Amino acid sequence: MTASAERSWVAVCPVGEVPTGAGVAALLADGAQVAIFRTGKEFFGLSNVDPFSGAAVLSRGIVGDSSGVPVVASPIYKQRFDLVTGRCLDEDGVSVRTYPVRVVNGVVHVGSP
Amino acid sequence: MRTLVVAGHGMVAHRLVEAVRADDLAGAWRVVVLGEERRPAYDRVALTSYVDGWDAAKLAMPGAGYEGDERVELRLGDPVARVDRERKTVVTAAGFEQRYDALVLATGSRPFVPPVKGHDLPGVFVYRTIEDLDAIRERAARPGRGRRAAMVVGGGLLGLEAAKALRDMGLSPHVVEMGPRLMPLQVDEGGGALLRRLITGLDVTVHTGTSTDAIEADGDRLFARLGNGTELDLDLVVFSAGIRPRDDLARESGLDVGQRGGILVDRSCRTSDENIYAIGECAAVEGKVYGIVAPGYAMAEVVAAQLTGREATFPDPDTSTKLKLMGVDVASFGDAHAVTEGALEVVVNDAVGGTYKKLVVSDDTKTLLGGVLVGDASEYNTLRALVGERLPADPASIISNAPSSGSAIGVDALPDAAQICSCNAVTKGAITHAIGEGCDSVAKVKACTRAGTACGSCVPLLGKLLTACGVEQSKALCEHFTQSRAELFEIVRATRIDRFSELIRKHGKGDGCAICKPAVASILASLGNGHILGGEQAGLQDTNDRYLANMQRNGTYSVVPRIPGGEITPEKLIVIGEVARDFGLYTKITGGQRIDLFGATVDQLPRIWRRLVDAGFESGHAYGKALRTVKSCVGSTWCRYGVQDSVGLAIELELRYRGLRSPHKLKSAVSGCARECAEARSKDFGVIATEKGWNLYVGGNGGTTPRHADLIVSDVDSETLIRTIDRFLMFYIRTADRLQRTAPWIEELEGGLDHLRAVIVDDSLGICAELDAAMAEHVGTYADEWRGVLEDPEKLARFSSFVNAPGVPDPSISFRTEREQKVPVMLGIPEVVGR
Ligand code: SRM
Ligand SMILES: Cc1cc2nc3c(=O)[nH]c(=O)nc-3n(C[C@H](O)[C@H](O)[C@H](O)COP(=O)(O)OP(=O)(O)OC[C@H]3O[C@@H](n4cnc5c(N)ncnc54)[C@H](O)[C@@H]3O)c2cc1C
Ligand code: SF4
Ligand code: FES
Repeated sequence: MTASAERSWVAVCPVGEVPTGAGVAALLADGAQVAIFRTGKEFFGLSNVDPFSGAAVLSRGIVGDSSGVPVVASPIYKQRFDLVTGRCLDEDGVSVRTYPVRVVNGVVHVGSP
Repeated sequence: MRTLVVAGHGMVAHRLVEAVRADDLAGAWRVVVLGEERRPAYDRVALTSYVDGWDAAKLAMPGAGYEGDERVELRLGDPVARVDRERKTVVTAAGFEQRYDALVLATGSRPFVPPVKGHDLPGVFVYRTIEDLDAIRERAARPGRGRRAAMVVGGGLLGLEAAKALRDMGLSPHVVEMGPRLMPLQVDEGGGALLRRLITGLDVTVHTGTSTDAIEADGDRLFARLGNGTELDLDLVVFSAGIRPRDDLARESGLDVGQRGGILVDRSCRTSDENIYAIGECAAVEGKVYGIVAPGYAMAEVVAAQLTGREATFPDPDTSTKLKLMGVDVASFGDAHAVTEGALEVVVNDAVGGTYKKLVVSDDTKTLLGGVLVGDASEYNTLRALVGERLPADPASIISNAPSSGSAIGVDALPDAAQICSCNAVTKGAITHAIGEGCDSVAKVKACTRAGTACGSCVPLLGKLLTACGVEQSKALCEHFTQSRAELFEIVRATRIDRFSELIRKHGKGDGCAICKPAVASILASLGNGHILGGEQAGLQDTNDRYLANMQRNGTYSVVPRIPGGEITPEKLIVIGEVARDFGLYTKITGGQRIDLFGATVDQLPRIWRRLVDAGFESGHAYGKALRTVKSCVGSTWCRYGVQDSVGLAIELELRYRGLRSPHKLKSAVSGCARECAEARSKDFGVIATEKGWNLYVGGNGGTTPRHADLIVSDVDSETLIRTIDRFLMFYIRTADRLQRTAPWIEELEGGLDHLRAVIVDDSLGICAELDAAMAEHVGTYADEWRGVLEDPEKLARFSSFVNAPGVPDPSISFRTEREQKVPVMLGIPEVVGR
């Protein structure tokens, strides 16, 4: 997931607005919603839409780890998603889109997927 | 095919039929059961629990109707009147005649009523059947004034149980015992003295060493005169002065009977007629009658074995007893009175601690013969199983009250032959064998071995055996904490750690998950750590707590304004209507006596709360593992039947416990009279008004596994009621598992309801002061958490759909109209990426 030269980045918010161990949602120009999570020093981006309910709510899930893999659990039915790959840990064959996230000068940026 | 006729359908007869049907592989027998009572065999041992709920179905014995078994015919409500041994037939009172090849008499016994003057007056009862209890209940419910009183004649095991039942019905019981102490057959003098003290503490007046001379009726009242001159003014009398075997069929047909009554049988349970057997309480095995169920079961097995072609003889029975009385532990086992030649007694009598323990040992002090435990019978199961075996330690150290001597002897010390379940004669060896074969839970052990399925007192030992066999019944909360929720609660309470990150660093591992984070959030909140969205706590909260409202399927929220007790003014109703209209919310009356407003987006929530707060509402917990509603009926203010102000109490309770975070949600209700319109007995704690005060029921549940709540205190005033609820809730919060409601918590609590009552009413653990203080802290520091958000800009800022576009509503949310209100339109599921 290295940023390619053409990748476009959007500034989203100051670092301080993403609470540690939790997430926030950002609205992109094309109407897509990205859930941005922060665990300690690292930031992650996933599509905000929970594939099991269709509701745009993953940013409101609980962040944690499963055997060391950082995950978010959907607030609706509690399935867990790997923050790095978007893969669902509880049902084979389901994943959500990932978005690259970086911090530049104290501002969180989301990249195109 | 041969015909087996069974006269009587009590617990022992039922066991016989079960055993014959299980062992009769050749299909040699047809079974005809002729019972006098109108219902199939039921759990008479548990009869007293009938008072709690008056639900006869709870006493039913599984399979006792023999539905679907063509080999068994059950005829009820018609007693056997005659046995014709010549023709090998029996005839019932209604004239039904039945031939037999083998006849088993299992007619049980009848209560003995001494010929005291007035013993046959209306209002005088015995205590043996469901119908007896119904009759007592009806009498106790007669209209009248003041505290009702009752007399129990007989201070044995049954008499004390009857006294408990009467107390639970709201009467003041007097127990009159001729002998010098209570339970004279089971306990010795020292134990009896302590028992008296403990029983008196339960509001039961004890008269020992005196007879009942006469009972007289005066209008609706009964007056009893005791031998010592005492006069009692009573509502009813219950005779519980021993039992007499029902041996009349045997006598009339010329069978031998024992010297002191009972149908005389040998060790194979055969009477003087080789085709007739007698089992259970009606039988006198080699002259001796047994008044408890375990020897009866053994007799049933002995007869079933012979009928199916095996040899069997009645083993020396275990006559141990443990009293199932609220909060008072009494047990006696083996040779409790030290009648064995050379037997020695070792006694520890702790008058201050309220315990009396005696072991009877052989003359070389090595072998346990029996004992008596009063005040604390926690070692009963282990000790009983050790009777006849070598003691693992010296007797005095086993019963000394040193702090951690709790289990001076463990299950390890027991030999394989030791009987763990005396009701069903299951040995330790049989249980460990079953565990070895794969029974890895208490439930499975019960199913495979039958241990623990009668009186239940051996169930705790089953768990210990599982542990001893290395079957770990894991209590770990999740992969991040090896502790159970209750253990974490104690850690947080003792260390005063107030942040999840510190707790997991010191006592767990990893970053946490959706199991431990909300559990710890709840623990922190129960122990009062400020606003639930304060600092680090926000990220721990489960879905609904995180936004202080219930998330719906499309990501919107519902708001349920608190309406304590369901009471609301027209003005406030109008405000709710206006809020719903102005924000375009779907409205519905909930099942919890309030109004739910659906379809609010994250950014609308604070604005809705603002309107509610301004109108004197707070939003309410329809989310959160916290108090939901305290429902109420109209009560005495309006209802012509109401005896107390149920609405007033419901409001008081809802305001007192609102916001209290707990292992699972808490629901409550208050009914203004016994008609129970508020359905209080389906609640975690339910209150029903009585003429004299309130009855408190705990551990009820609707939902997935419904359970009626159990009566824990009766006729108490409001202050006692609230204190008891305070302690109940705090004890539950301390000790329950994550997401365990009060109903399964009580079911799993070791010692059950009696233990719970001992802890929160009698303060047996000495923690009531702490529980009271914890609740005082909660009540004193309660703050409206929705207002808390409105007053804190930082928290308020989190209530927006998008961090980069505050105020922009979520474009993915849309609605359509159904029955004149909006309902969500789901997005479909567009983002599933196949791999
Ligand atoms: C709104 C309401 C239905 C209604 O429209 O009437 C409701 C709605 C929900 N109930 Fe309920 N229950 C509602 C009364 C009940 C009742 C009746 C009662 O309280 O008198 C019961 C049975 C009584 C009981 O709990 O023992 C009830 C038994 C459940 C259960 C099963 C609990 C159990 O122990 O088996 C759940 C699931 C759970 O909590 O784990 C549940 C869970 C839920 C949840 C929280 C499910 C969820 O996570 O989304 C629903 C959310 C409501 C919302 O979004 O606002 N609800 N639910 C009722 C709210 C009452 C209130 O004012 O607070
Ligand atoms: C309140 C209470 C608490 C108890 N607690 C305990 C305890 O904790 N532990 C313990 O071990 N024991 C306890 N017992 C005793 C236990 O219930 C009895 O030992 C057991 O029920 C005996 O079973 P049984 O089948 O022999 O007799 P019963 O249960 O008395 O059954 C006999 C049945 O035969 C019927 N019958 C009688 N005559 C005829 C006839 N001619 N024709 C047809 N039917 C007839 C009777 O109506 C009755 O239904 C308690 C008893 C009571 C009442
Ligand atoms: S429970 Fe009793 S007081 Fe309450 S409404 Fe029903 S009948 Fe009236
Ligand atoms: S001892 Fe009664 S069920 Fe086991």
